[in-house]
Amino acid sequence: MELKRVVVTGLGAITPLGNSVEEFWKNLVNGESGCAPITRFDNTNFKTKFACEVKNYAPNDHFDRKEARKLDMFAQFALIAAEQAVQDSGINAEDIDSDEVGVIWGAGIGGIQTFSEEITKYVEGDGTPRFNPFFIPKMIADIAAGHISMKYGFRGPNFNTVSACASSTNAIGDAFNLIRLGKAKAFVTGGSEAAICEAGIAGFNAMQALSTRNDDPKTASRPFDKGRDGFVMGEGGASLILEEYEHAVKRGATIYCEVVGSGMTADAHHLTAPHPEGLGAKNVMLSALKDNDIKPEEVDYINVHGTSTPRGDIAETLAIKEVFGEHAYNLNISSTKSMTGHLLGAAGAVESIACILAIKNNIVPPTINHFEDDPEIDQKLNMTYDKAQEREVNVALSNTFGFGGHNASVIFKAI
Amino acid sequence: MSDIASRVKAIIVDKLGVDETEVTTEASFTNDLGADSLDTVELIMEFEKEFNIAIPDDQAENIGTVGDAVSYIEENAK
Repeated sequence: MELKRVVVTGLGAITPLGNSVEEFWKNLVNGESGCAPITRFDNTNFKTKFACEVKNYAPNDHFDRKEARKLDMFAQFALIAAEQAVQDSGINAEDIDSDEVGVIWGAGIGGIQTFSEEITKYVEGDGTPRFNPFFIPKMIADIAAGHISMKYGFRGPNFNTVSACASSTNAIGDAFNLIRLGKAKAFVTGGSEAAICEAGIAGFNAMQALSTRNDDPKTASRPFDKGRDGFVMGEGGASLILEEYEHAVKRGATIYCEVVGSGMTADAHHLTAPHPEGLGAKNVMLSALKDNDIKPEEVDYINVHGTSTPRGDIAETLAIKEVFGEHAYNLNISSTKSMTGHLLGAAGAVESIACILAIKNNIVPPTINHFEDDPEIDQKLNMTYDKAQEREVNVALSNTFGFGGHNASVIFKAI
Repeated sequence: MSDIASRVKAIIVDKLGVDETEVTTEASFTNDLGADSLDTVELIMEFEKEFNIAIPDDQAENIGTVGDAVSYIEENAK
């Protein structure tokens, strides 16, 4: 059986750098930080007091009151990003067989805020369990894919992927593979997360995963810098329409690029720490390259996981050098988390869009906040520090790694 | 309108996102006000909280209209 080709025909984004793909890309290329003091809750007693929040967000601008009440913010972001992507792609129920369109969404956690609020109400009550009937359907991570399918009537394969910070890359990978196998003509895929709440911040603080640079939030996310002290929490959603190539051509769709590889591996090493030599990271990139026999030398840009944690950043650069050998020094590498913060389960989708637009525009967005070289990071690697770089980008690879040792990569290629 | 009726109405307007004028005594939660089964459960819970009563499930099943809710609460509220 011949595998189908898969292309990207629509994009959508609601991020800390902007609530549309255009605004997101503009700020990404300009090296803007999306970081600021937390506004979503009283953070007086919290170790970390800043995050990359979505700005100017009011649920009622997007949903009527009754609808908004039934949607955790992670599902709201999912619906907003998906709507932009669907519109961008021009797919609609009239000119497409809706049984052939699926939804695969990624969320690392799901409705953590809803969960916290409901439990708090119970604990503060008289012991009678008065849980809201929407508690479970608001909180469960898979509900995002459900909502998107219900909104558009897309009746193809439908589920969520949960692999922490690799979730939406797994979603994109699954959508890619199912289209290749002929199981559907198109997918709404992507991911969303909304964990900037008490439990989200304090939970990651307890793991000592978050930066605590409270005196200078905008420079807190500094991947590969010697002074990096943890990641910065982000939130939002991003969506891609993946479509079978012939199908896209037939309906005259605008094609951004082709999806040519997807890798998925495990570290099998530790709950939260990466494998010290980046073994899983190395294998996942190799696995993605193998899908279409892409040679390492063909890759121009890697959007790294690069979360700004002390150990993770080192392990990833070691893995890149293993996979790419001497070509590692010809690559442009950047961590856009330096600007967006870490959108957890949505990171892969947001960073895939960064790769796709790097291909479209031949510009590599920067890794901002570089102050001091880390002797443990090979300085011959081009990390695209501080300023975007123009370069012909034909092939771009995005890495994401999740707590639990999940690794996922995806590769995009100009068409 | 009784105090109970106006409080019941306010809850319905809030939870179902409907216009006040639609919330007539005869209006059915599901047929007229767009509620699904989960919405109806939520309404019952809100009535319990607002009026500090417990509505057993077998009684709740009989509360299908605005009028049903008001009568039940008038009879059972402390």
